Amino acid sequence: MNRLSYLIGRLVKGVFVILAIGVLAFLVIRLVPGDPVAVIAGKSGAVDAEYMDNLRQKLGLDQPLVVQLGIFLKGLVQGDLGQSYRQGAPVSAIILERLPATLLLTLSASAISILLGVLAGAMAARRRGTWADSAIGTLALLFYATPLFWMGLMAILLFSLVLGWFPAFGMVSADMRYEGIRHVLDVLHHLIMPMTILGLFYMAVYARLTRASMLEVSEMDFVRTARAKGLPESYITRRHILRNALLPIITFAGIQAGHLIGGTVLIETVFGWPGIGRLAFDSLLQRDYPVLLGIFIVTSAMVVIFNILTDLLYTLVDPRIEVNK
Amino acid sequence: MNSPLSLFFGNRAAVIALACLAVITLLALGASLIYPQSPWKMVGAPFQPPAWGGHLMGTDMLGRDIAAGLVHGARVSLLIGLVSTAIALLIGVGIGAVAGYFGGLVDDILMRFTEVFQTIPSLIFAIVLVAIMGPSINSIVIAISVVSWPSVSRLVRAEFMTLRRREYVESSQVLGLPGWRIMLTDILPNAMAPVIVTATLMVATAILMESGLSFLGLGDPDMISWGYQIGAARTMLRAAWWMSFFPGVAIIITVLCLNLVGEGLSDALNPNLKRKKP
Repeated sequence: MNRLSYLIGRLVKGVFVILAIGVLAFLVIRLVPGDPVAVIAGKSGAVDAEYMDNLRQKLGLDQPLVVQLGIFLKGLVQGDLGQSYRQGAPVSAIILERLPATLLLTLSASAISILLGVLAGAMAARRRGTWADSAIGTLALLFYATPLFWMGLMAILLFSLVLGWFPAFGMVSADMRYEGIRHVLDVLHHLIMPMTILGLFYMAVYARLTRASMLEVSEMDFVRTARAKGLPESYITRRHILRNALLPIITFAGIQAGHLIGGTVLIETVFGWPGIGRLAFDSLLQRDYPVLLGIFIVTSAMVVIFNILTDLLYTLVDPRIEVNK
Repeated sequence: MNSPLSLFFGNRAAVIALACLAVITLLALGASLIYPQSPWKMVGAPFQPPAWGGHLMGTDMLGRDIAAGLVHGARVSLLIGLVSTAIALLIGVGIGAVAGYFGGLVDDILMRFTEVFQTIPSLIFAIVLVAIMGPSINSIVIAISVVSWPSVSRLVRAEFMTLRRREYVESSQVLGLPGWRIMLTDILPNAMAPVIVTATLMVATAILMESGLSFLGLGDPDMISWGYQIGAARTMLRAAWWMSFFPGVAIIITVLCLNLVGEGLSDALNPNLKRKKP
């Protein structure tokens, strides 16, 4: 089987997973006792009876549950995630509008955490048993135990309120209308803190993983052979040990994707970053359940896509892996 | 000499962490003795900075004692961490055991089911569940259990798949013992070591998740918790740093200790996996 059919197979499986998650979202809101329309429309009482009747009709609540599920899934396949009654717009449009900010934050945080985490882990492995190793290990343990939102608040306290180095809130300066390169720099200035805080936790994970993986690889026969050939140690570390030690890290990046995306709810809330996470928090406050369920489905789909990409990357990096497995 | 117990107690970091956890548990259990008044009650002037002799960790915007909230909050954190892990273990062990023991179609169906749950970002799943059920200690426990069982079930499945081929299991099968008995008495006890390690780490994750939910305003409105304290202090960051600082430190210490104990258990229960000395 070649890569193309493997890719198609993975995509089909991914579509089924997303549909299953759609069914789950459908069930979650209906398994709760009480009128699902009241649940969807919120308990605030700000909704009139006409709207509720419309909603009831639109969801086909007078129909059997299976038919309702069919209607829901048909909408899902067509990219229809329902309407937000608070904002009077389709849920998919609202989420799509916020998606770029979240992608910028999560992708840059992943990049920085993998880069710095692998570097720190490699350093700890090479200087095993030295103070550098224990310092990296201790820091990693500490970051691993720290709540993201608390670290965010403390960073705001120190770097925004006391030192005044970085803006505490938002993605752009509200009072300035920058254009071109100034705008990019402005966004970067706002990005640094949330990106670093979100990245620190995963940096800790990657550092520990890289260290363990490198130590394991460094005991293998081909490394001993390389040493026996008299190759310089730095060359062996880079070309022989690190390369092979990176494989579990790719797998792990895929596993962590969902965790990272969940973390954006906290980080975006703390830093007022205008992405999906912040949207989730706002919809929570406003009891805008259609938007919340839409985010549930869209973020899950993001995880599915990310996992397909890491699987593909894996087969490219390690030719030993059979793609038809 | 090399019994798991002596291996664990030979690990200094793990022992200190365990002692630390014991102290936290005692504080949580004795919360009503140390601070007999409700942690919601005003005890002094608002925004008092931390001081020896006065309020050790300061007071909040309503003059409530931060330290009292911290000690009472420990109850919520530990309770939710333990109960939600216990429920997640029950679900995860059950599904993993059946999938791993029977294999075939049963395994396929259960594992696809597990995959779906594992794909959904856990914090977002938990937020949706608590939001729809309404914030209460029960809904938080249910939500955290629902999002945390998949990793257990995969682990238990892998253990059962290797253990079911062992001779002592096959001999029980030949004797005609029912499947549930073989799973319960022959396989499960031998699969417990990695489950115990995972459980310790799960309590830590559950505490972090509870703090995140409470921070977002999804905590039980009747119970003070560390995440709630930090969330309530968010807007007072400039005026009263201590309001959010101390609860955060409490979370870090608890989670760090649980992780260290988990690592100690892992090294003690799987001595073969322990990283060899060069």
